Amino acid sequence: MLEVKAVVSKQSRTEMEELDPRVRVNNFAEVAQGYTPEQAVKEAKRCLQCADPKCMEGCPVQIDIPDFIELIAEEKFDAAAEKIKEKNNLPAICGRVCPQEDQCELKCVLESTGEPIAIGRLERFAANYGEDEVTKPVQDKGKVAVVGAGPAGLTAAADLAKMGYKVTVFESFHEAGGVLKYGIPEFRLPKEVVQEEIDQIKKLGVEIQLNKVVGKIKSVDELMEQEGYQAVFVGTGAGLPKFLGLEGENLNGVYSANEFLTRVNLMKAYKFPEYKTPVYVGNKVAVIGGGNVAMDAARTALRLGAEESMIVYRRSREQMPAREEEIEHAEEEGIQFQLLRNPTKILGNEDGFVTGLECIKMELGEPDDSGRRRPIAIEGSEFEMDADMVIMAIGQNPNPILLDDSPEIETTDWGTIKTDEVGQTTKEGVFAGGDIVTGAATVIEAMGAGKDAAEAIDEYIQSKDDN
Amino acid sequence: MYEIVEKNKLAPEIFHFEVKAPEIAAKAQAGHFLILRAVEKAERIPLTIADYDREQGTIDIVVQEVGYSSQQICDFEEGEAFLDVVAPLGNPIETEDYDRVICVAGGLGAAPLYPKVKSLVDHGAEVTTILGAQRAEKLIWEDRFADLSEDLYIATDDGSRGTEGFVTNVLEELLSEDNDYDAVIAIGPMIMMQAVSDLTAEYDLKTIVSLNTLMVDGTGMCGGCRVTVGEETKFACVDGPAFDGHEVDFEEQRRRKKFYEEHEEEIEEHHVGGEGCRVQAK
Ligand SMILES: Cc1cc2nc3c(=O)[nH]c(=O)nc-3n(C[C@H](O)[C@H](O)[C@H](O)COP(=O)(O)OP(=O)(O)OC[C@H]3O[C@@H](n4cnc5c(N)ncnc54)[C@H](O)[C@@H]3O)c2cc1C
Ligand SMILES: Cc1cc2nc3c(=O)[nH]c(=O)nc-3n(C[C@H](O)[C@H](O)[C@H](O)COP(=O)(O)OP(=O)(O)OC[C@H]3O[C@@H](n4cnc5c(N)ncnc54)[C@H](O)[C@@H]3O)c2cc1C
Ligand code: SF4
Ligand code: SF4
Ligand code: FES
Repeated sequence: MLEVKAVVSKQSRTEMEELDPRVRVNNFAEVAQGYTPEQAVKEAKRCLQCADPKCMEGCPVQIDIPDFIELIAEEKFDAAAEKIKEKNNLPAICGRVCPQEDQCELKCVLESTGEPIAIGRLERFAANYGEDEVTKPVQDKGKVAVVGAGPAGLTAAADLAKMGYKVTVFESFHEAGGVLKYGIPEFRLPKEVVQEEIDQIKKLGVEIQLNKVVGKIKSVDELMEQEGYQAVFVGTGAGLPKFLGLEGENLNGVYSANEFLTRVNLMKAYKFPEYKTPVYVGNKVAVIGGGNVAMDAARTALRLGAEESMIVYRRSREQMPAREEEIEHAEEEGIQFQLLRNPTKILGNEDGFVTGLECIKMELGEPDDSGRRRPIAIEGSEFEMDADMVIMAIGQNPNPILLDDSPEIETTDWGTIKTDEVGQTTKEGVFAGGDIVTGAATVIEAMGAGKDAAEAIDEYIQSKDDN
Repeated sequence: MYEIVEKNKLAPEIFHFEVKAPEIAAKAQAGHFLILRAVEKAERIPLTIADYDREQGTIDIVVQEVGYSSQQICDFEEGEAFLDVVAPLGNPIETEDYDRVICVAGGLGAAPLYPKVKSLVDHGAEVTTILGAQRAEKLIWEDRFADLSEDLYIATDDGSRGTEGFVTNVLEELLSEDNDYDAVIAIGPMIMMQAVSDLTAEYDLKTIVSLNTLMVDGTGMCGGCRVTVGEETKFACVDGPAFDGHEVDFEEQRRRKKFYEEHEEEIEEHHVGGEGCRVQAK
């Protein structure tokens, strides 16, 4: 038996269909097409069903990976979906945007062969199956408020509802989903997929109140003292765009990646003028930064008709924080990479529109705190390049609106919320998780934090009830 | 959904709506604004909370038709409802520490100015108001200001009512006689707020303006509302919308407002031809 499996596993990873780059740069259709049932079964059969599955150590929400894969191998797709949903309320999303290569797949025993099991693709495949019938749990254990309907808040809400709490989520935008809706583009994560998973969570009895900015319409204290919420989970994310403070940064044609992506994704400016929110797109677009956000912005600009779209990054390709897959997709689509370049000034005309970028060339020095080699400017190497649009994708800061209103919740020097390992903040009954605690990170880490906090909240409320 | 309980036409192309929103009414203060998305495909449009009634649970907005989205809002009737309203946003305006203030409004600016005047008067300040408009029929809420103000001056561009000319003419006259005021609050078109600020700078008189920048989220998440204030970049939605008029880079703001001019034309074109698009959009 074992022998057979070992033989099977020598097969290489099953490829997934992708849209042709020449076609996809003209639309917002999803690039990665997902496995067919045959492909999924084939890939699932490669799994060694390890007795001590290392892959699970890499999954922040502890999905029972070998079990769900085995169910796929046996063509029990519905059961596979059920298995995943025991731990993960957003499988279709994670299967698409989890950095699997750094998580579950990194820990898979087959990783050393260079062909780890494609866990993320299998998860995405299974997520399409499974019954829609969700039975609403009896909710008699108490009331919990969740602030922010991103992956952290949604996960905490779903888990608490399953435990028997009545949960209300307050979200400042007119749609739930957080970065999944306003940040990550349609061609990587269709909004329909996100909404379907949110609807599943609503079926658990979770109430989502949109257009509610906590800290403005109500404070955390009011939620707890006047509205009877026994605990509050804060998952407000890291949504504040950073700028470099350069001359010319307020010229027309300079966007934060957040604004550009929000206009396109949440407000659907790619369907302008059917949808009424406009977005400006240049012919020559320069995106500053080297993370997933920068790749998303550059690829989006191309799809909106930019003739040239380039990434301007101050280190080299190896140091780019974006997922390898995203960098490859960007390259295939014709995004140009201006590496070891750092902008020093944005140039404009008298009407206030961008005309170019002044950059300085960089070289790599010694490694810094993050372990990456530090970029150092080469003196006197400034040069100008043409650009009629500049997008700043150099990171985001934590959202402070709620915190300005709740000084008892202590923050770090970076503005993130201080918590212990299960998410308890310095204010009793208030827990936090996701980007608001870690700074900009990943969907799955935010979900893991939401999950841990849900358990801690349950323990907290039960211990109070006992007294 | 946010139901319209009353709609009035205040002037050509200017409408007043009273909207049912008890939670917002309970929290609204002078200086707050809201963001309204009328229908599914609409833009998010920032509007000042022009008044509120905590007991009735209603808030008031006054909207001027300047482009597609504001027209779309103005096409709504009593009994219909707006899809999304998020509020209160921005910072309330400080009105407690003043004894004598001049409040200046240009055109539609009278609506956002009104709650500030009301709050100043509630806190015991003596308010002199200057209302300006292109012509007499474009003046709004004159009676409301008359009730609250110590003195009320009117200026119209064509002289059809009050003094002929700009509000700054009246302001200059007032200040040249007596400049013993604590502050000037000016709300209106960018060019008018700039002119008022330039004038009061000569008298070294504190001046507060309220900026109507472009916005998307209204919570500090996009940076689309950037404004240079005293060499620093601020976000109008979370740092304002009121700022020290002597520190604001108005030229930059005027340029930024022109950002989407081409798109505005495109929307207009898209809706010419009377396919009933606008009705459909509802
Ligand atoms: C463009 C982009 C691409 C990315 N790509 C990937 C990827 O491929 N893979 C990956 O793993 N990660 C990716 N990330 C990162 C990932 O999306 C985030 O780490 C994750 O979404 C964080 O989840 P969260 O729940 O903490 O916060 P968010 O998703 O930011 O959600 C926070 C929510 O809280 C709401 N909110 C904020 N303040 C308040 C308030 N006061 N009251 C009420 N509601 C409030 C916000 O509107 C928002 O909906 C990407 C991020 C961006 C921006
Ligand atoms: C904090 C704040 C409070 C506001 N309060 C009110 C209010 O109480 N009542 C009200 O009617 N409007 C108010 N505005 C302005 C209102 O949001 C705009 O008039 C509206 O967004 C224009 O949208 P549109 O699609 O109809 O016009 P567009 O088609 O976008 O523009 C048409 C014309 O109006 C100009 N314009 C565009 N945006 C603005 C703007 N923000 N302000 C002024 N002119 C603009 C354009 O340059 C163009 O010439 C406020 C704005 C802010 C930021
Ligand atoms: S949720 Fe992410 S980390 Fe966990 S198994 Fe799925 S892809 Fe891997
Ligand atoms: S470590 Fe790899 S091979 Fe082993 S069970 Fe997990 S996915 Fe399968
Ligand atoms: S409107 Fe987006 S930051 Fe102010």
